Amino acid sequence: MAIIEAQRSPLALEAGAVEVKPLGVFARPTGAQTGWKSWLTSVDHKRIGIMYGIGSMFFFFIGGGEALLIRLQLARPNQKLLSAELYNQVFTMHGVTMVFLVVMPMAAAFANYLLPLQIGARDVAFPRLNAFSFWCWLFGALFFNSSWFLGGGADGGWFNYAPNNGVLFSRSHGIDFYAIGLLITGIASLVSAVNLIVTVLNLRAPGLTWFKLPVFTWMTLVTQFLLLFALPVITVALFLLMFDRLFGSNFFNAANGGDPMLWQHLFWIFGHPEVYIMILPSFGIVSEIIPVFSRKPLFGYPFMVVSGIAIGFMGWGVWAHHMFASGIGPMSVMAFSLSTMFIAVPTGVKILNWLATMYGGKLKFSTPMLFSIGLVSMFTIGGLSGVTHAFAPADTQQTDTYYIVAHFHYVLFGGALLGLFGGFYFWWPKIFGYFLNERWGKAHFWVTLIGFNLTFGPMHILGLQGMSRRYFTYSPDQGFDFWNMVATIGAFTIAVGLLMFMTNIWRSYRSFKKEPYEVPADPWDARSLEWMIPSPVPEYNFAEIPEIHELDDFWHRKYGHDEQGRLVRIAKTEDIVQKPGATGIHLPSPSYWPLVLSAGLPFIGYGLIFDYWWAVPGGLITLAGFIGWILEPSTDPEDHHGDHGDHHADHDAIEAGDAQPALVGAVVDDGDAAELPADDAPSQEASGD
Amino acid sequence: MTDTLSDTSHDIDDPHFEIESVGHEHLPTNTGVSNEKLGMWVFLGSECLMFGGLISTYMLYKNRPNGIELVRGRALGGSPIRPSALFDIPFTSVTSFVLLASSLTMVLAVNAAARNDMQRMRIWLGSTAALGSLFIGGQVYEFTSFHREGLGFTSNVASSAFFTLTGFHGVHVTIGILMLLITIALSLRGRIPHSRAEAIEIVGLYWHFVDVVWILIFTVVYLIK
Repeated sequence: MAIIEAQRSPLALEAGAVEVKPLGVFARPTGAQTGWKSWLTSVDHKRIGIMYGIGSMFFFFIGGGEALLIRLQLARPNQKLLSAELYNQVFTMHGVTMVFLVVMPMAAAFANYLLPLQIGARDVAFPRLNAFSFWCWLFGALFFNSSWFLGGGADGGWFNYAPNNGVLFSRSHGIDFYAIGLLITGIASLVSAVNLIVTVLNLRAPGLTWFKLPVFTWMTLVTQFLLLFALPVITVALFLLMFDRLFGSNFFNAANGGDPMLWQHLFWIFGHPEVYIMILPSFGIVSEIIPVFSRKPLFGYPFMVVSGIAIGFMGWGVWAHHMFASGIGPMSVMAFSLSTMFIAVPTGVKILNWLATMYGGKLKFSTPMLFSIGLVSMFTIGGLSGVTHAFAPADTQQTDTYYIVAHFHYVLFGGALLGLFGGFYFWWPKIFGYFLNERWGKAHFWVTLIGFNLTFGPMHILGLQGMSRRYFTYSPDQGFDFWNMVATIGAFTIAVGLLMFMTNIWRSYRSFKKEPYEVPADPWDARSLEWMIPSPVPEYNFAEIPEIHELDDFWHRKYGHDEQGRLVRIAKTEDIVQKPGATGIHLPSPSYWPLVLSAGLPFIGYGLIFDYWWAVPGGLITLAGFIGWILEPSTDPEDHHGDHGDHHADHDAIEAGDAQPALVGAVVDDGDAAELPADDAPSQEASGD
Repeated sequence: MTDTLSDTSHDIDDPHFEIESVGHEHLPTNTGVSNEKLGMWVFLGSECLMFGGLISTYMLYKNRPNGIELVRGRALGGSPIRPSALFDIPFTSVTSFVLLASSLTMVLAVNAAARNDMQRMRIWLGSTAALGSLFIGGQVYEFTSFHREGLGFTSNVASSAFFTLTGFHGVHVTIGILMLLITIALSLRGRIPHSRAEAIEIVGLYWHFVDVVWILIFTVVYLIK
């Protein structure tokens, strides 16, 4: 810890140096910490997580609306709802929105909110950078979608192959918005990846060694490493694309010596890890939910973790299976075919472990559990159709047909999104302090599941019948009519499901406001650390940082085994969980600068696309953000707290005088409470490296 | 979610104010490395892939104008001049040496910071920035001389790839110089006391990384035919 000598304020300088008063403009935001303004300057990982969630739901509606337009256009042959040009834009924007502005940020919402809680930390490693990640993502997303009003959206498909991404084939600015928008959101994801990796590596609670980490934390960590190494590759590709389109280079223009295959390779070296970036967080979520509602520990925890890591590694060796039809040569095709079949193995391990967790368990089919089982079954279907793509001869038949569309919607909607919805129902009481209605939740699940299968199931058949993706219409004599109509009906059923989710949130909130009730800290009788603190989570997370002794430590504080090995309760949950109302805990101060710094970036983008003059205010805003960031004091100068050596999540973060007496009792007496003061030292066995 | 942040006083790990003392006891992190330093290492891991992508692009395109067939008398791929035909190896060797020397001065700056010799630290940081600027000056000279010889950014894919790769590296060096200058300014204002001197080490990590990447680029782009 930064040992800043106890008797001076954080801004005080070395002895003898002239004291510099921070300029007023650089003071940290003060005053009320409620109301919308406090959200703009918040650096609290929980608020940032909630904002990610709201943002991703907003774009879910936009992307979903685009999906409905696609399905309306394809409902009947020779529809004239969308022109071919507009159809290109709609499906491209749908794909990019769903990947970059829905699934990724929704996973980021859970990662931000839960990661520090699951490792017993007060916040992430760099709270201001965390806020910057969110605002940067939001501005990038808004910038990208503003293309609808500025000449039309991107129209090259979400993977945007050359030559369709060149100026010759796409004259509007849509693809410029794609390139620059994804560069901006890429900065957000990269910063977030660095932040969360450092958080998990450095800020785990005492005793929380690698193989005691919850699986959600593990999967999120693997995801962040994938982001860390995949994003720079797409960054290179997007820069080259931008140079091609705006500055006249020819990187992807075959007519002038460029190589369209370079784009494909760069894109998919990013794009395949990206697939796992989207699915692994959901794998983590259901690995938390299934044991809780089976009342059994996760079957084969080490295999679960190692298979997740294996997926992370192997995800780098399969990218060219997206390119079997591109003429990469028989040797490459064979190698990537084999590696693709191999990557099914760790995924299969996960599926079997979830099944084995449920086997013999006391299953309780609450809504989170239903969504988790939905993921396991739907993802299995998507995974199996994925294995069929691994066989290159079959894949050359399936490439660019609706069979592919069916496959990736089964893994991304049936996998990633169902898991994320399960996560919403599971952690909602922890985050917001009220339950979502179970009846509505179950109805939401079944409507979504039926709608989902109605939409994407028939696409397998359509694809094998030869219907190409990305064609804006088809003729009545092709025999595609019936299943397309079914898919369209299914899409609207999914939309109804989403509206039911919104209704559920609204109604549950209303009835909670009418008759408030207290949500216990641990409503599901769960296993991981976040259930040990009050619901909703207080700003400081943990009044006392718990010491971890085993996997599922919280569960083992509640339950033990008798001589016959039967599960017996050893402590009342209310006695173990922490009480709300601790005061005097040091928290990161809010800051204006993450918002300011990221607000300039879209203007730089507009400047590059339209007129360089736009970049001037954008650059100035960003520069101001930088300067403010650097010169910002670490704390409110008036706010003296004496000892400043305890910013890290350690026990003495509660100043002795301020701690409420009740909190002392909140420390679980598990036999070695006497050792508590020693926890200030880093737990050496935790480092593992 | 309650809407109050009752006590908002201190950043848990503000990059500029909570930096571990060089040579003092470590932060109570699990790894024993401060968040800031670990964050820089993790970020540099990401940078490797970025330069990997750019170097691969150059390798793919470096001979592109050569052997391109003529279509109706017009050479595909623009100008037939390859960047490698214009390389001035002795000149670039000198600027490369200048950049490498800046790594030495950076080490001396970190060393001075560890000894709490802030005056000398600023001198060495300044020398590092000056050597870096000299390197950038050399790159500007190289680019303009290429331009004079008729090789611009859009002349052919090899030139685009060359300018993109070396340009990205140049931007990285420039950012490094800015970081050095900011560090000097903050130090002059007394904002980097001994207890926060790890900031120098972190800037140093970045600086050394950019140097190492240049060794790679110089070898792969300039020296290997």
